[in-house]
Amino acid sequence: MVALQTRRAAPPVHRRRRSPDTVRQRRAGVLFSAPAVLVILLFLVAPMLMALWVSLLHWDGQSNPFSGSARFVGGANYSELLGHDGLLRRDFATSVRNTLYYVLLDVPLVTVLSFGLALVVNQRILRGRGFFRTVFYFPSITSSVAIGVTFLFLFQGGGAVNAILSLVGVQGPSWFTDSRGLVQIVLAGTGLVDPGHLPGWLAAQGMGLSVWDWLAGPSVAMCAIIALTVWSSSGTFMLFFLSGLQNIPVQVEEAALVDGASTWQRFRGVTLPLMRRSTVLVVTLALIGSWQVFDQVYVMSQGSPGKTTLTPAYLSYTTSFGDGNFGGGAAIAFVLFAIIVLFTAVQRWFGRERS
Amino acid sequence: MTGRKRYARLVGYALLAVGTVLYLGPFLIQVANSLKTDPDAASHPLSLIPDPLSLVAWGKAFGFDTALDVPLVRWIVNSFVVTLSVTVGRLVIDSMAGYALARLRFPGRRAVTAGVLAVMAVPGVVLLIPKFLVLKQLGMFDSYSGMILPLLCDAVGIMLMKTAFEQVPAELEDAARIDGAGVLRTFAEVMVPLARPSLITVGILSFQGSWNELTHFLVATSDPKYQTLTLGIAQLTAGPLQGAQQFPLKLALATLSTIPVAVVYVVFQRHFVRNQVSSGIK
Repeated sequence: MVALQTRRAAPPVHRRRRSPDTVRQRRAGVLFSAPAVLVILLFLVAPMLMALWVSLLHWDGQSNPFSGSARFVGGANYSELLGHDGLLRRDFATSVRNTLYYVLLDVPLVTVLSFGLALVVNQRILRGRGFFRTVFYFPSITSSVAIGVTFLFLFQGGGAVNAILSLVGVQGPSWFTDSRGLVQIVLAGTGLVDPGHLPGWLAAQGMGLSVWDWLAGPSVAMCAIIALTVWSSSGTFMLFFLSGLQNIPVQVEEAALVDGASTWQRFRGVTLPLMRRSTVLVVTLALIGSWQVFDQVYVMSQGSPGKTTLTPAYLSYTTSFGDGNFGGGAAIAFVLFAIIVLFTAVQRWFGRERS
Repeated sequence: MTGRKRYARLVGYALLAVGTVLYLGPFLIQVANSLKTDPDAASHPLSLIPDPLSLVAWGKAFGFDTALDVPLVRWIVNSFVVTLSVTVGRLVIDSMAGYALARLRFPGRRAVTAGVLAVMAVPGVVLLIPKFLVLKQLGMFDSYSGMILPLLCDAVGIMLMKTAFEQVPAELEDAARIDGAGVLRTFAEVMVPLARPSLITVGILSFQGSWNELTHFLVATSDPKYQTLTLGIAQLTAGPLQGAQQFPLKLALATLSTIPVAVVYVVFQRHFVRNQVSSGIK
C-alpha cells in the first residue's frame, strides 16, 4: 500500500514562469478548492468546536447552547465520566471494558483470517481466484444494518447457528439474553469462583465496576457481534493483504525456492517480514474500527443483555438522545476520540520499522 | 513434486469451498427465510427451501399489511434522492478540489492538503453529536439538505482524485493551455475525461457509503418522513419489531436494501477492488 503511494506521489513541479497564468491559477485554485474547504469547515471543524463547547455545558438539547441559557459546568461532564461514582461512569467503564474484549478478539481474528484469505486467493495454482475474491469481499460492501438483521436471525435461541451446533452435539446458548461473560461462565462453571460469595480481591471496585466484572470477558452476545464484524470486514482487509502480497518481487520468492526453502520456511522467512507494513495497516484500521462499533449494537442488541454490548459510541448516542444529556454525550465522544488516538499511537510505536 | 502440488491444490480448493459457504451462506439464508412463513422460519432457520413458499413477508414489506406501517416507497425514494445527490455532489467537489491540489498553485494549497489529511484521521462516530449540533444551529435538522450536505465531506475521495490528476502527464495540460483553453476548460475537457477510472471509483464509494449510511441520518432527522431504507429497517428492528418478531419481513427488507449495492458491485467489480485498497492509505 505504502509502496503504491510513493510510486504515485511524484509531484508535478515542472511548470514554467508565466505571470498572467499564475494569477489565473491562483484564482482558479482558490475557487476550485472552495467547496471542499467550505463543507469541511461547516460540517467537520465547526461541529467539533461546538461539541467541545457543549461538552462543558449542562445542556438538554432543547435551548440554544450558545445563548448562555445553558449552564456552564466546566469539566463536570468529564469528571462525571471518569471521576465521580455514578451511573454514567459505571456505564462508561462498562462500555470501555466491553470494547477492550472486543479489540482483544476482533483484531487478531480478523487479521489472521484476512491474511489467510489473501494467501489462498493469491495462489497461482488455483483457478477462479477472481470469483472467490468477489465472494469474500461481498459482505464488506453490504450495509451493516442488513447484515445485522440477518445475523440476529442466525444467532436466535432456536436459530441457524444453534441448529448447526446441535448437529455436533453442542447445546448453543441463548445468544442475546445471557449476560454473563465468557470468563465468568468458565470460572463459575468449574467451581473456582462462586459468584454469590466473591473473594475480597474480586469484589474490589475500580471505576465503579468490581474486578469480577472487569474480568468478565465478552458475553456471548458480544461474541456474536464480533463474529459479524470479523465476517464482514475480513474481505476488505483481505484486499489490503493481497495488494501487499502482490508487491513482493517474484525474484525474492524464486531465490528462496532455489535455496531449497520449504513452503513454511519461505512463508516465515520471506513473506511474513515483507508483509509487515500491510499487517501494521490492517491492525491499525481494525483497532480504530473496533472503538467505533455502533450500527450493529443499534440494530442487534441496543446494549443488552446486561449492558454487555454497550459500546462508547452507542453510549454517547443514548446519553444524548435518550437521556437528553448532550453535554455528557459530547464528553464521551471526546474521551473516545482521545482513546482512539492513544491506541493508534501506541500501536504505531509497536509496529514501527526497526532499522 | 506433482503429487505435492496436487495435494496443495486440493487443500486450497477445500478451503475455498468452506469459505464460500461461510461467506455466501448468510445471504442465502436471508433470501430463503424471507420467503417462508413466520413459524417455518422459526422452526427451520437453516433450511434453504421454504416450505410452504410464502410471499406474505414480501407483501408486508411492500405495505400490503395495514397493521404494520412500512412506507417502503418513501424509504426507497429517500434513499435514492440522498444517495444520488451525495454521489453527484462528491464527484464535483472531489474532482475540483483534487485538481486544485494536484495541479494549481494557489495560496493555502499546503494548508488545504494538510487539512484534508487531518480530516481522514477523525473517527466518524466521534462526530455523531457534533453534527446534530451544527445542523440544529443552522436550521437544517430534519431536512434533505441536512442529510446530504454533511456527507459531502469526503477526504478520501479528494485524495483519490488528487492522485489521479497527478498521474496525468503535464504535457497534455500544457498542450491544452497553448491552444488557448482556460483553467476551467482544461479541467473539464482534458483532465476529467483522463481521470475517468478514479471518478468511477469515487462514485461507487459514495453510492455504497451513503446507501448504507445509518448514523448520520439517525442524528440528522427525527421525522419519519425522512427515513431512508437503511434507517427505516434499523428503526423497525430496534423498535416495533424488536426481538424474534416477523423475521421473514425483516429479512425481506434486508434483502431489498442489499440489492442496489449488489448490482453496482457486480457491474463495477474491478473498480471496487482497486478503490478499497487506495482508500486505505490513511
